[in-house]
Amino acid sequence: MIAIIDYGIGNLASVANMLKRIGVQAEITSDPAKIETADALILPGNGSFDGCMERFRATDFASIVEDRVLNEKVKILGICVGAQMLGKSSEEGDLPGLGWIDMTCKKFPDDIGVRVPHMGWNHVHCEKENHSLLQNFDESYRFYFAHRYYLEPANQNDVLLTCEYGLKISVGVEHDNITGVQFHPEKSHRYGKSFLSNFVQGL
Amino acid sequence: MYRSRVIPCLLLSGQGLVKTQKFKNPVYIGDAINAVRIFSEKEVDELCLLDIDASKDGQEPNYQLIEELAGECFMPLAYGGGVRNMDQVYRLIRSGVEKIVINSTLCEDTTIIREISDTFGSQAVMAAIDVRKSMFGKYKIYSHSGSTEVKAGLESHIEALNTAGVGEIFINSIDKDGTMTGFDLDLIKKVSERTNVPVIACGGAGNEQHLKDAINIGGASAVAAGSMFIFHGKHRAVLINYPSDIQI
Repeated sequence: MIAIIDYGIGNLASVANMLKRIGVQAEITSDPAKIETADALILPGNGSFDGCMERFRATDFASIVEDRVLNEKVKILGICVGAQMLGKSSEEGDLPGLGWIDMTCKKFPDDIGVRVPHMGWNHVHCEKENHSLLQNFDESYRFYFAHRYYLEPANQNDVLLTCEYGLKISVGVEHDNITGVQFHPEKSHRYGKSFLSNFVQGL
Repeated sequence: MYRSRVIPCLLLSGQGLVKTQKFKNPVYIGDAINAVRIFSEKEVDELCLLDIDASKDGQEPNYQLIEELAGECFMPLAYGGGVRNMDQVYRLIRSGVEKIVINSTLCEDTTIIREISDTFGSQAVMAAIDVRKSMFGKYKIYSHSGSTEVKAGLESHIEALNTAGVGEIFINSIDKDGTMTGFDLDLIKKVSERTNVPVIACGGAGNEQHLKDAINIGGASAVAAGSMFIFHGKHRAVLINYPSDIQI
């Protein structure tokens, strides 16, 4: 069972819906007991970095999640702001991130010739070969993005996927058991289903 | 490579979908759930669902229907129609809607933009503007499904939206609605030149060239269309369609 962590932010139904459609048992939950025993965790996120960090830290399961991720090495997938939260900080806010990946979030500059937010479909490039999360990925793979701030991991080795929007940005990161994607797989049709299937298969 | 979005725009009236021409004479097209399912299967970029009765009649969104429709969407869903307060916004987001489209409410007060933005992010709020060209060629804004003329001019309204921190602007030409004769490119240009946020053009799309023109000439970031994706042929038979690999 995959736990989609409900800390009061955004649209979780779509994630649950897509997982259900690909035959995966998943539950939207804020129950510490369920989070304690889930096979993997999904950390969604919408809105502002500080808003999400504050809400997450205020829950009674934040420490359980941290313990499971850092000590038990349970797999966790952060989506959109959920991925941004995995880093140390964001230019968007003042609060520290979870700090589980050596990464910060940067604002798209105003003068790169494209409108911000990065909103819409974009193709991604695989930065790793033969990676379990990137099975079946080819040049046709594209995902839905909606963000003003982008991931900047400190280590190239943590970069899974990049894309171009005015500049080249990381949109998929992975460090050990911790994965983050800037795009919304749950809103990316077959490409999202493919990525989520890969994530689940690795469990 | 980034692609410009092509967005089917569906009008909800009661339980079913309708299509209008110049915002008049709604014609029943079919069941909403079926249409949404087909569009999702066709892997459309995004879907925009507008309840055209809600603001006029002061109704609440049909949350149950919306939840069912959202369940069929594996692409982003934007919903609009009579949205006036944050309770409605919370319920809609919880029902699976990604973006809230607000129109008439913003003609009176743009505060709700900041409220939605602060809680859900600016990408969750889309301001829709319906416009008619007056006899003298001036663009005038109309609220409540085209029934009420708004005093504020187009330029000042866009400025107010920018200041309020809107995520996207959806600009709709009432005159071109349902005509399939091409977008009002001047209107789109007027809007895209006055804002830095993505602009979605709507009203008049009839073919792929129109879509390209709206983006390349009008400066829109995305295009929306109703009739073009619902009807087929000169007798306007209902046949849901979507270009499978459009290159804009």
